[in-house]
Amino acid sequence: MRQIQTTLNTITPQSTRSPSYSHNFCGGLPVTRQNRLQPPRLLLTCAMSLDNVGSIILVLSGKGGVGKSSITTQLALSLSLRGHSVGVLDVDLTGPSIPRFFGIENAKVRQAPGGWVPVPVHEAHALQHSATDSADGTSKDHHHMGALHCMSLGFLLGNRGDAVVWRGPKKTAMVRQFLSDVHWGQLDYLLIDTPPGTSDEHISLVETLLKNARPGQVAGAVVVTTPQAISISDVKKELNFCKKTGVEVLGVVENMAGFVCPNCAECTNVFSKGGGEIMARDFGVPFLGSLPIDPMFVSLIEEGKRPVYPKGTTVAGNPVEATSNGTPAQHREVQNGSLADKYTSCSLYPIFDGIVTELVAKISKT
Amino acid sequence: MAPFMDPPPLTSVDTALTAHTTATPALVAPEPEHCPGPESNLAGKDDACAGCPNQAICASAPKGPDPDIPIITQRLAGIKHKILVLSGKGGVGKSTFSTLLAHAFASNSANTVGIMDTDICGPSIPKMMGVEAETIHVTSTGWEPVWVSDNLGVMSVQFMLPNRDDAVIWRGAKKNGLIKRFLMDVEWGSMDYLVVDTPPGTSDEHLSVNSYLKESGVDGAVLVTTPQEVALLDVRKEIDFCKKAGIRILGLVENMSGFVCPKCTHTSEIFRATTGGGRRLAQDMKIPFLGAVPLDSRIGMACDFGESFFDNFPDSPTCKALKEVVKNVGKEMGVKEEDVLGEDMFPHVKTLTASSVSSAKEESPVATPLAQARKVLGNDTLEAQRAVIEVRNDAVKYVDTATTYANYSKDQAVEALTENERLKMKVAKLEREGILEQREFMHTT
Repeated sequence: MRQIQTTLNTITPQSTRSPSYSHNFCGGLPVTRQNRLQPPRLLLTCAMSLDNVGSIILVLSGKGGVGKSSITTQLALSLSLRGHSVGVLDVDLTGPSIPRFFGIENAKVRQAPGGWVPVPVHEAHALQHSATDSADGTSKDHHHMGALHCMSLGFLLGNRGDAVVWRGPKKTAMVRQFLSDVHWGQLDYLLIDTPPGTSDEHISLVETLLKNARPGQVAGAVVVTTPQAISISDVKKELNFCKKTGVEVLGVVENMAGFVCPNCAECTNVFSKGGGEIMARDFGVPFLGSLPIDPMFVSLIEEGKRPVYPKGTTVAGNPVEATSNGTPAQHREVQNGSLADKYTSCSLYPIFDGIVTELVAKISKT
Repeated sequence: MAPFMDPPPLTSVDTALTAHTTATPALVAPEPEHCPGPESNLAGKDDACAGCPNQAICASAPKGPDPDIPIITQRLAGIKHKILVLSGKGGVGKSTFSTLLAHAFASNSANTVGIMDTDICGPSIPKMMGVEAETIHVTSTGWEPVWVSDNLGVMSVQFMLPNRDDAVIWRGAKKNGLIKRFLMDVEWGSMDYLVVDTPPGTSDEHLSVNSYLKESGVDGAVLVTTPQEVALLDVRKEIDFCKKAGIRILGLVENMSGFVCPKCTHTSEIFRATTGGGRRLAQDMKIPFLGAVPLDSRIGMACDFGESFFDNFPDSPTCKALKEVVKNVGKEMGVKEEDVLGEDMFPHVKTLTASSVSSAKEESPVATPLAQARKVLGNDTLEAQRAVIEVRNDAVKYVDTATTYANYSKDQAVEALTENERLKMKVAKLEREGILEQREFMHTT
């Protein structure tokens, strides 16, 4: 089991003089150009760690393998690109994927007096280049990025191949610990990625949140599905779970709706089509959007390569910015840049931007 | 209070693995956080037990072996081969692979095959087999599995749900109880193969299935994965679990490896294998690699309709790859090659049994909806996907639609599906009133 290092021996003199500064961001983090731009964040040592979290969003799906972790990652990146501070909690104890998605598999969790400190993906900073330039030359307001932190059991495992063979009560205890003993600090949004099913983790998650969160703090759940009828029948159970436990469903996202052949740009519906929208309509919940399978996103996560598309690619009817021949994006190198920066070149980013706009509007309305 | 994460000692894993083999006392309160398990040797004596209302019960409960295990062993004595289908990751195709494996074994009419669906929260097997609307028949000797065909039976929690879309919100202990009942109360009889489909992860269901079946013996586990590293990460954990639990690994199957575009037939990697895929993992972990199965969108369609993919699309490259995988599974189990698959794996026309209620029922065999669509619109499978299938019945006209509407506009597609839903409800109402026999629509719902 990996040792959780306390930060007592990494406190710099500056931080001991001003006890209100957090210990954690001075020690252990590589001091990059981005870090130096901003002063260390204030971490209030609060009794209940969820007190300073703005809204909590659960990402649920009854079915496995529909893309919950991918969508949580993309939601987190999109929210962060809009300037919000985001935390991601990975409650999938037997299969924690979030560290790999953010590319921080080898990071360690730090322990401060009173709790664990979530691992930072990036701090609040300004992006060097603005994101997509629209046709009329005005650049969108995406140059200030919020901080992004995450917490997962994956960081606490000694060996990445070790199985987590736990019975229900221990999983319940771990989920409660994640919610109460982690220093989330000041966050606008906390996204919680869940395992498939409706079992111990989900029950304890909802129970603990209903007990500890402020009324209205749990904004709701985003339910993910694929269009196939098999997935729909499992996800319907999840929607019934939300209804039973009183969790509001913010919307349904349909993932893997179509695969664009990289050779001929023909979109094939590998897992059928349309099921998610019908289900959302049947249950009276909003339908947030339909996402195709984008192999470039996979290569971004797996290899860290900035997405590059052949000319003429369209996603959901909109042309993707052609990055292969002498366009404004030419000066951007393929490998350089943070994950969030590279994500802005992904074809799924505009779709997620739309989804996030809708979600933020909905949450701020309630 | 500073939280800490002490490394789970090896003993706790062993305790978890053997917990289900001892008798469970009846508890009066939920188990506390670090409960060693009411069945373990430390029950009632561990540090975590102090203050638990169950402490006295656990400490005084008899610690002998579970008396139900011999009953289970006896029930399963007639089953020659038991196969577990595992994968740490969700959505890689465990249930799909289980149904295909079962169909493949059942194609040899001399084999009797059963599938047990231990995925309590997301039971997909009944839908994939086309028997979602069935219920379990209880006899004096036990529960009767639902028979899809003469030699293929299914057991799943889906049959027990009052409403198809009801969520099963159970904690681990209750799920274990149900799995025990599946093993104890279901009359499997004498079977050649029992395929056990599991949910993703390494949790209660896997632990309980492993412990209950330990005495009766499992031939081994087939692990399913997709090529990308995110999936392999979880499968590594599953392999670790199998090693710790002493389950023999028959091999690793790589699903969804490669996609052939139906338009330009260019093969592309839909889920890229950045670290060598399943093949490399099998090599590293020294387990047999059973084969790589390409992604075919028609598998998803066949599962949604509850049809057998082998029967409907025998000329697909996926079909050939799957046959190879099944042959390799048989080889690993030590079964003779000619006994595994049927002599001809080609489509046979399924006959719907005549309904005594509807007097004008056609006597001639009726082909399955997918086969009908292909016949009507030619063999171009892309066209078949876009077909609207009509199954005539004197009582009601049932319009079932294929799930892709590439030629329709969005409004037309939504309209067609709404009409479909409305007619389905009408059919369900007629079934409830006894006017239509449910079995007729086994292949169309």
